[in-house]
Amino acid sequence: MNQTYGIVAVAAAVLATLVIGSVGLRVSRTTSDFYVASRTVPPYLNAMAVSGEYLSAASFLGIAGLVAAEGVQMLWFPVGYAAGYLVLLAFVAAPLRRSGAYTLPDFADSRLGSTAARRVAGVLVVGVGWLYLLPQLQGAGLTLGLVTGAPHWLGGVLVAVVVTLAVAAGGMRGITFVQAFQYCLKLTALLVPALFLLLAWHGDPRPAGALEEPPAFRRHTQVTVDSTVRLRIEAPLRAVASGAVDGRAYDGAPLALDPGVHEIRAGTTLRFPPGTPVPERAPGDGGPGAAAGWAAPLSGGEEEHPLYATYGLICATFLGTMGLPHVLVRFYTNPDGRAARRTTVIVLALVGGFYLLPPLYGLLGRLYAPDLLLTGNTDAAVLVLPERLLGGTAGDLLGALIAAGACAAFLSTASGLTLSVAGVLSQDVLPSLGVRRFRLATLPAVAVPGTVSVAAGQLPVAGAVGLAFAVAASAFCPLLVLGIWWRGLTPPGAIAGLLAGGGGALTAVTLTIAGPPAGGWAHSLLAWPAVWSVPLGFLTMILVSLATRDRIPPGTDAAMARLHLPERPAGRDLPSTRRGVTTP
Amino acid sequence: MNGLALLAAGAPLLFAAGLATGRLLARRAARGGPDPGTPVERATFRTLHTASVAAPPLRAGLTPDAARKAVRGLRPLFGTAALGLTAEDRLLAWEGPGRHHTEAALERVRQVLDTGRAQTFAVACPDPDCPVRWGAAAPLTVDRRVPGALVVLGAGEPGSGARATEEVARWVSVQLELADLDRTRTGLIEAEVRALRAQISPHFVYNSLAAIASFVRTDPERARELLLEFADFARYSFRRHGAFTTLAEELRAVEQFLELVRARFGPRLEVTLRIAPEVLPVAVPFLCLQPLVENAVKHGLEGSAGRGRITITAHDEGATARIAVEDNGVGMEPGRLRRILRGEDGPTAGIGLRNVDERLRQVYGDEHGLVIETGVGAGTKVTLRVPKYRPGVHSAPPDTPPGDTGPGNAEPHDTGPAHSEPPDTQVPGVAEPGDGGLRRLDR
Repeated sequence: MNQTYGIVAVAAAVLATLVIGSVGLRVSRTTSDFYVASRTVPPYLNAMAVSGEYLSAASFLGIAGLVAAEGVQMLWFPVGYAAGYLVLLAFVAAPLRRSGAYTLPDFADSRLGSTAARRVAGVLVVGVGWLYLLPQLQGAGLTLGLVTGAPHWLGGVLVAVVVTLAVAAGGMRGITFVQAFQYCLKLTALLVPALFLLLAWHGDPRPAGALEEPPAFRRHTQVTVDSTVRLRIEAPLRAVASGAVDGRAYDGAPLALDPGVHEIRAGTTLRFPPGTPVPERAPGDGGPGAAAGWAAPLSGGEEEHPLYATYGLICATFLGTMGLPHVLVRFYTNPDGRAARRTTVIVLALVGGFYLLPPLYGLLGRLYAPDLLLTGNTDAAVLVLPERLLGGTAGDLLGALIAAGACAAFLSTASGLTLSVAGVLSQDVLPSLGVRRFRLATLPAVAVPGTVSVAAGQLPVAGAVGLAFAVAASAFCPLLVLGIWWRGLTPPGAIAGLLAGGGGALTAVTLTIAGPPAGGWAHSLLAWPAVWSVPLGFLTMILVSLATRDRIPPGTDAAMARLHLPERPAGRDLPSTRRGVTTP
Repeated sequence: MNGLALLAAGAPLLFAAGLATGRLLARRAARGGPDPGTPVERATFRTLHTASVAAPPLRAGLTPDAARKAVRGLRPLFGTAALGLTAEDRLLAWEGPGRHHTEAALERVRQVLDTGRAQTFAVACPDPDCPVRWGAAAPLTVDRRVPGALVVLGAGEPGSGARATEEVARWVSVQLELADLDRTRTGLIEAEVRALRAQISPHFVYNSLAAIASFVRTDPERARELLLEFADFARYSFRRHGAFTTLAEELRAVEQFLELVRARFGPRLEVTLRIAPEVLPVAVPFLCLQPLVENAVKHGLEGSAGRGRITITAHDEGATARIAVEDNGVGMEPGRLRRILRGEDGPTAGIGLRNVDERLRQVYGDEHGLVIETGVGAGTKVTLRVPKYRPGVHSAPPDTPPGDTGPGNAEPHDTGPAHSEPPDTQVPGVAEPGDGGLRRLDR
C-alpha cells in the first residue's frame, strides 16, 4: 500500500471530523433565526449519527476477514448486527426515550428507584464498554500498521492516547453532525472501492472457478509469516523459502514439502508459484482453517460445535444491540418516543445497506488475497484488496479511501465508547473523585482496554466484538425488556438477574480472552455464552422478583404509564408557536 | 503471554475477594462487640435494639408493607403468641398463630378506637391446641387522632403483657408522628418549589403594552403580531402546572420575550444564538432561562446608550448540558452580586437571578447553582449546568387527560401538566398521589 496516500487520507479524515465538529453548532445571528436554532435533531440525521457511531472497526474490517477465513456461516455477524435494531425498535426504543434516561444506569434508577441497581448496571456498562473498546484499538493498530508500517501495538496505543486526550479536553463530544459525517465517510469508503472491485472482478479473464475448491495463489506470491505457524499440507507443495522451515534454515532455496504438518518459523518468507493451493493452517493453531467447506454453512471454521456457536452468535447480536452504552445515549437526542422509533427504522435501513458490502469484500479477499489465510491476518483483507485487484495509482487511491474509512470507524466508535464509559465511571462507579472526575475517569476508561489490547496480542476483531455483544445481551436485554414490559420487576430481582446473566457472561468472556485454552464443549460454552446466559438472566430476574414481590417499588404504576403513554395525544403534532401559525 | 494476562486478570479479583472477606470479618467482630455485662443490661440492650430495628419501616406511615415489617420486628418484645396492627378497624398485618381470633380482636379494636383507651380481655378458645388465653388492644395516637390500634394475643396470664402493649403502642405512635412530620416536610418543600415559581415582571408587561401601543397607528400589522407574541408568552408564563419544560420550549419563550423587547429597543439589541441541537430535549426547570435573558437585557441595554449584544449558548457535555447567557453591558461588582444571591441586598434587587439559582439548587443540588462571571464594565456571563437525567425530573408526563382544557383556553404549545416529585423526597412514590390530588384541585 502506498504510504503517502494512506497517511494523507487518514489525516484528511481526522481533519474533516475536527472541522465539522467545530462548525457543528447551529449559529444564528438574529432573533428571526430562533425558530431554526431551536429545532431538534430530525430522525434521519440522528439515525445517521447512530449508524456512524455503531459501525465500528469490527463491521468495517472484521466481518470481511471472518467471511474470507471461515465461510458463509459468518454472514450471521452482519445479519445479527443489523437485526439487533429490529428488536430494539419493537421492544425498547420509544419507552426508553420516554423514561427520560440518558444512560442504562439512569434507566435502572428511573424504573426501579434503586441506587444499588444503578451501581450494578453501571459496573456492567463499564465492562461492556471495555470489551467493545478492545477490538477497536486492535483494528486501529492493524490499519495504522498497514498504512505506516508501524508495529501493531503502536497504532492501538496511539489511538488510545488520541481518544483520551480528545475526550478529556472536551472535543469529540458526541456531536450529531460529526457522527453523521462519519457514517457517510464509512459508507463511501466501502461503496466506491466495491464498485471498482466488482468491475475489475467482472473483467478478470480468469475469474474464480468454484468457491468450493481450496483457494489457490493466482500469481507469484510472496508471504512473510509474522509468527510461527504450523501448516497442514494435503498435496506436495513447491515454494522458495528464506528462513526456517521444520527447523532447517533456507536462504532463497527451493523447498518441497510432503503432505503432513510442517512448522514455519516466524520471519520466514515463502514464495509460491501461481496455481499453488493455499496451504491450510493446522487446527489448534488459533488461526482459521478448513478451507474445504467454505461455501457451505456449518461446515467450515475451527468451531467444534458450529450449530451451537451460530445460535450463540444470533442470541448475542440480536439481543445485544439494546445494551450498547454508546448507541443508547444517542436516543436521548430524539425529542420524543415517536421520533425515537422513527430513528430506529432509519437506522435499520442505513446499517442494513452498509452490511451488504463487507461480505463482498470477504469473498473477493478469499479469491484475490489468499495469502492472508496463511498468515492468519484476514482482518486486513478489506485494506489490501484494491491494491491486489486493481494495482497502480487507482488501487493506491482506493486503498487510501478505505484506510480513511477504517480510521473513521475506529475513531468514532472508540470516542463514543470512551465518552460513555468515562461518564458512567465518573457518575456511578467512582463518585468520590470530585468535580473534575470526568476527565480523571477518561484515563481508566481507555487505559484498561489499551493495556489488555497490548498484552493479549492478536484477537479476531469481529469475534471480540461478538463477546461484548454477548455480555450486553445477557445483562441489559433482561433488564430493559422486563423493566419496560413487566410490572413485577423488583430491585433485588433486577440486581440478581444482572449479576447472574451479565456477570456470568462477563466471566465466561474473560476466561475466553485471558484464561487457559479449553477444548470441546467447555470452549464452546465459554466463547458463545449468550445461549445460556441470556435465559439465565431472564429467569433469575423473574424468579427473584416473584420471590420478593413485596419489594415492588411504590412508583411502579406511574413509571409504567410514563414509559408507555405517548407524550402528546394523537392529532396534536409537534408544538409550533411560530408567529401566526397558532393564530385561531 | 497467557499466564501474564491471567495474572493481570486474577490479581484484582483476588484483591477484591480479600477486601470483602476482611469487611465481613470486621463487621462480625463489631456485632459480637463488647459484652453488655449484667443480665439486666443485656435485656435493656436487646429491647432497645429490637425497637430500633422496627422503627424505620414505620417511618413510611401506616401502610400494609410497613406494618408487616414492623410487626415482624416487634413480636420478639412480647414473646407472646401473636401481634397485629390495624388501621382504623382494618387488619394491616398479623404475625403469629391465633388467626381465628382476629374477628373477636377486631371487635375489641372498634371499642378501643371509640373510647381511645386500652383494653385487656380474656379469650376463650374451643381449640385445645390454641395457645391464646388473653388479648390486649391499645390505641395508636397521632396528633390526638386514633388512626389504628396494636393488638396482642398471648398465653398464660395477662399481667405485665397488657402494660407492655400500651407502652409499645405509645412507642409506635411516636414513630407514626415522625412519619407525619416527614410528610409535612415533603409538602413544605413542594410548596416552596411552587412559591419559587418564576413570575413575569410587571415592568415588562407595562413596557411591552406601551411599545405595542406605539405601533397600533403606524404599523397595525406589526402591532397585531406583537400582541399575539405577547399572548403566547403570557400563556407560557402563567401556566400553572409542571415545574419542568424542555430547553426547546424555554427557548421559544425567550424568543417571544426578545421579540417584544426589540419592539422597544429596535436595532440597538443584537442577539446571537449558539445552540447544540442535541441538548434541546433536555428537561429544564420552567422559566429558568427567560429571567437570565431579561437580566442581560436590563444590564446590557438599559444602563447605556450603545448597542447591546446578548449571546445565548447551549453545549452538550455528555451527561449534562451547559447553558450560558452573556451580555456586554455594565456588569456588576462581584461582592454586590454575592449579596444579591444571598438575598441580603433588599427585596427587589436581582429577584430573577436569585430565584433561578435557588430553584436549580433545590432540584439538582448545590453543585448545579448558577455560575456568574462579571466585573464592573466587563459584561456578565451566567452559566448553568443541567443534568440530562435526574430522578423525578420529567418534562413531558404521560398523564395528560386529552381534551381537559376547553377549546377557548387550549394550549397548543403546552404538552400538558409537567409534574415533578419534589427533589428531596426520599420515597418517590409517596409524593405522587399528593401532587396529583393538588393538581385536580387546581381545576
